[in-house]
Amino acid sequence: MLTLRTDPHTPWEGALPRMAKKKANSRRSDAERMASQHRQANISEYFDRNIAQLGFNSKQKALVTAVKEGVDNALDACEEFGILPSLLVQTIPMADQDVLKLIIRDNGPGIPRKSIDGVFAQLLYGSKFHRVQQTRGQQGIGISAAGMYGLKTTGQPVRVVSKPQPKKPAFEVILKIDVERNCAEILEEREFTDTKDWFPDGTGVHIEIPMKAVHKKGRQSVDAYLEQTAIANPHAEIEWRAPSGEVFLYERSSDELPPATKEIDPHPHGVELGDLERMLKKTPEKKLGGFFNKEFSRFSPSKVKTVTAAAKLTPQSWVASVEHPAIVKMHDEMLATKFMAPSTDCLAPIDAKNLLRGLSKEIGAEFFAAETRSPSVWGGSPFLVEAAIAYGGKLPGDEQSVVYRFANRVPLIYQQSGCACFRAVQEVAWKGYGLSQPRGALPVGPLVILLHVASTSVPFTNPAKEAVAEHEEIAKEMKLALQKCGQHLKRYLSRRNRMRRESERRDVFHRYIGEIAANLSAITGAVQEDLVSSLTATAQRHTEAADIELDDEGNVIEPSARGKTDPNVLILETASAPQVSDDDTLFGNASSRRSR
Amino acid sequence: MAKKKTVRKTTRKKAAARSSGGAVPSPAVVAKKMKKLRKKPAKKATRRAGAGGDAGVGKAILGESGRLAKQALAEKDPQFTIPVRANSNTEWDEASRILRMGDRTQIRELFNLGQARKFMQTTLQQRGVLELLEQDKTLSLRGMYYKGLHTIAGTKEKTFGDQDESDTVLQDLEVLLGALREELHVFAKKRGTMVGNITVRDAGDEIDCRRMGTGGYAIPSICEPDVIEFVKCEADFVLHVEKDTVWSRFNEDRFWEKHNCILTEGSGQPPRGVRRLLQRLNAELGLPVICLLDCDPWGHYIYSVIKQGSMSLAFESERLAVPEAKFLGIRADDYERCGLSDDVKIALDDKDIKRAKEIMAYPWFADRRPWKKEIERMLRNGFKMEVESLITKEISYVTETYVPERLASGDFLD
Repeated sequence: MLTLRTDPHTPWEGALPRMAKKKANSRRSDAERMASQHRQANISEYFDRNIAQLGFNSKQKALVTAVKEGVDNALDACEEFGILPSLLVQTIPMADQDVLKLIIRDNGPGIPRKSIDGVFAQLLYGSKFHRVQQTRGQQGIGISAAGMYGLKTTGQPVRVVSKPQPKKPAFEVILKIDVERNCAEILEEREFTDTKDWFPDGTGVHIEIPMKAVHKKGRQSVDAYLEQTAIANPHAEIEWRAPSGEVFLYERSSDELPPATKEIDPHPHGVELGDLERMLKKTPEKKLGGFFNKEFSRFSPSKVKTVTAAAKLTPQSWVASVEHPAIVKMHDEMLATKFMAPSTDCLAPIDAKNLLRGLSKEIGAEFFAAETRSPSVWGGSPFLVEAAIAYGGKLPGDEQSVVYRFANRVPLIYQQSGCACFRAVQEVAWKGYGLSQPRGALPVGPLVILLHVASTSVPFTNPAKEAVAEHEEIAKEMKLALQKCGQHLKRYLSRRNRMRRESERRDVFHRYIGEIAANLSAITGAVQEDLVSSLTATAQRHTEAADIELDDEGNVIEPSARGKTDPNVLILETASAPQVSDDDTLFGNASSRRSR
Repeated sequence: MAKKKTVRKTTRKKAAARSSGGAVPSPAVVAKKMKKLRKKPAKKATRRAGAGGDAGVGKAILGESGRLAKQALAEKDPQFTIPVRANSNTEWDEASRILRMGDRTQIRELFNLGQARKFMQTTLQQRGVLELLEQDKTLSLRGMYYKGLHTIAGTKEKTFGDQDESDTVLQDLEVLLGALREELHVFAKKRGTMVGNITVRDAGDEIDCRRMGTGGYAIPSICEPDVIEFVKCEADFVLHVEKDTVWSRFNEDRFWEKHNCILTEGSGQPPRGVRRLLQRLNAELGLPVICLLDCDPWGHYIYSVIKQGSMSLAFESERLAVPEAKFLGIRADDYERCGLSDDVKIALDDKDIKRAKEIMAYPWFADRRPWKKEIERMLRNGFKMEVESLITKEISYVTETYVPERLASGDFLD
């Protein structure tokens, strides 16, 4: 099976089988069986060959990838067990040059002793491998690959402290991956009581991986990765201790866990020929009717008839008797036949309100809008798209806007220009929403744009899962979500401009009222204060629009109705009057026109 | 074509005979001619209705500001109604042959983003004028700019960006209050000189304009009757020349003594003071006003302003214009008539030609055939001439021959 993946251009997903839902241990036994079947393959060699695709090809990127794998696992585990995640990510510089000890600690359920070997030392081990479910990691290659990278670059083993049971002490395991046999080599193992305040919630995992790595700041750094993770996961609390000693705390802004996702059977359109063959080999069902019915979703008896008839078979045909040409015919027919779209309740959006929370927590903007689209389907897999924007405030106004991309809540920080998210942002006509946009480029302005694709199977462009591949259905949904956010922004901007104009007007009137009152008083003897107060009242009346709150349609909100706001929009600073600093701004032109 | 040529030849012959053959006319002939041109002096100085001295202006300011204060206290929009000072609101009064301001008015209000600042400036300068009236002092335009200039409390904005802003507001005040700038106690920079057989009283000091040496009497910016009184005048007419260099030539040759006249100069386009003085000399003393200006569109326009008033000060024409003024020269045919050398020709450029055509189209020129011909002749010549060009003949040719001859023959354009 691993040999399938030696071609670096084969997308990881396409080559991987998606298997029917099974009980957990039977699934593991499948994985173990597969691994044992291919024991002869040299995993170390495979790793070397695919190091770039796995994201360990530079010292800087290796750190980000290792953090990503650890954090993804921790968040998934916490959510699965209904725990609000609290994570620590720490890097400690070691004596050797460019060697960092990466520590990732969570308050998750902990890992039972018997699973430790598999989780940390076996590629393709894990609970997520064969599921049709929306999870962060999908192959389970991650953390063991990080350990392997650490071993290769430093020769040092991985240290794991796990506390799966609140009332029992934690245990410590020091292990190496045995690359020859794709299994763990346990170096030390003992009960570990000296956990200090490591696991205040009673359970959790603490991992230490020494590796050759470099921490650099910027768009493709651990900083950026964790910040964006915090945005997409406002229910998580992340503490990040950089090698420099800097500490970043991304606080929790929501106590709601994302809804648990359901596991679903594969949809007939989402299964490749190889998958179908493998599923037929392994199914406990004896007859084709039972096989299609049980192993797939949306396979009605009449569709079973149609598909089996294509291979001159019937639902009563024995599974064991199906030959390869028949499988090909049935597969072709499956793709040609219309099926009900897969059920979409297996998707867990971040949700507009959480996106607003996450963005407003990490980005000092004044306006936020978010949009969660209804689920849709691409190639047999359900997916949904969410978009959000943050505008104004402290964001720089004269630079290209920043795009944050997420797939199943995981930030994508590499390969931006090759990503469908990036292209979708470019293809939206932002000019219509009050932003400037050079032809075919990102809009320019104080803007952060966020796109999230949630799917049981996100199409990535490469196995390192760095960018979303272009699919018509997904791109369309992205644009629709972005356009909706753009419409919110446009309404906000036009309202803000109007209010700004009115309050500038008021400012102009106010600055002259004192002067005029003094003059009129000096000439006529009228009381200056009376003149000021009545002129001020009149000015107020003339610029009332500055005080009026408008709803998103631009209608006036009655004072009693204020507070009812669009759940998809968050405005932090109502654009109050920017103080016009001096006459240059308002009258610079006017006076220069006057002086010939 | 052939016929035309002969016509021209005879003109040339006549002109030659006139200038070289004929003797210089004696001052008596000139005096006789000028006396014919005199008109009956008006009994009273011309004055525009409305203002009526300091008290009148003060009252007008109080009236405007009182109304504004009332509007303000009633929480209404305070606003001025100001007659429009623009070319488009200028009318040609054919009967009295002067330019007048039309009836169009504009509203200036506080609660209008484009007008708020001007509104403030208008109240500010009214206050300043009222102070001048109360203290019986006058200030220059620049002085008024400084008087009103300060930083508005609580801002970095100044009440005026430059003097132009203040000047415009003061002009608005003239039309708003129906008062003249002089009546607002505001004057402009002095310009223009006078000398001749007249004695005036200027702010109580008697000035004998016969004894002014080489410099002459500087015509003040304010020439209202309460400042300048005519005490004694023997002059028969006023000769107004374009600029001070020509004026000096006439003064040095004691032209005014020989021909019993008043000699004035307005440094190009004459300022209000000079125009007001000319108008008063004409209206109150009945003196004809004869102009000696360059033969170019600029000279023609100076004449037009003296005679009909200007568009920008159309509201003051009645007080400033001298509809009886006459244009003596320089004339387009003088090049041939006086036998001037080619060196005095200054080619007309495109701007000159455009301007000349515009002037020719003004209604007050268009209905005067001789003027039409004069400008057409200049355009045909393709060059302009300055008064100084006559110096090429002889230093005092202009004072001893050219002007006396024209005066005696009554050869003017009207």
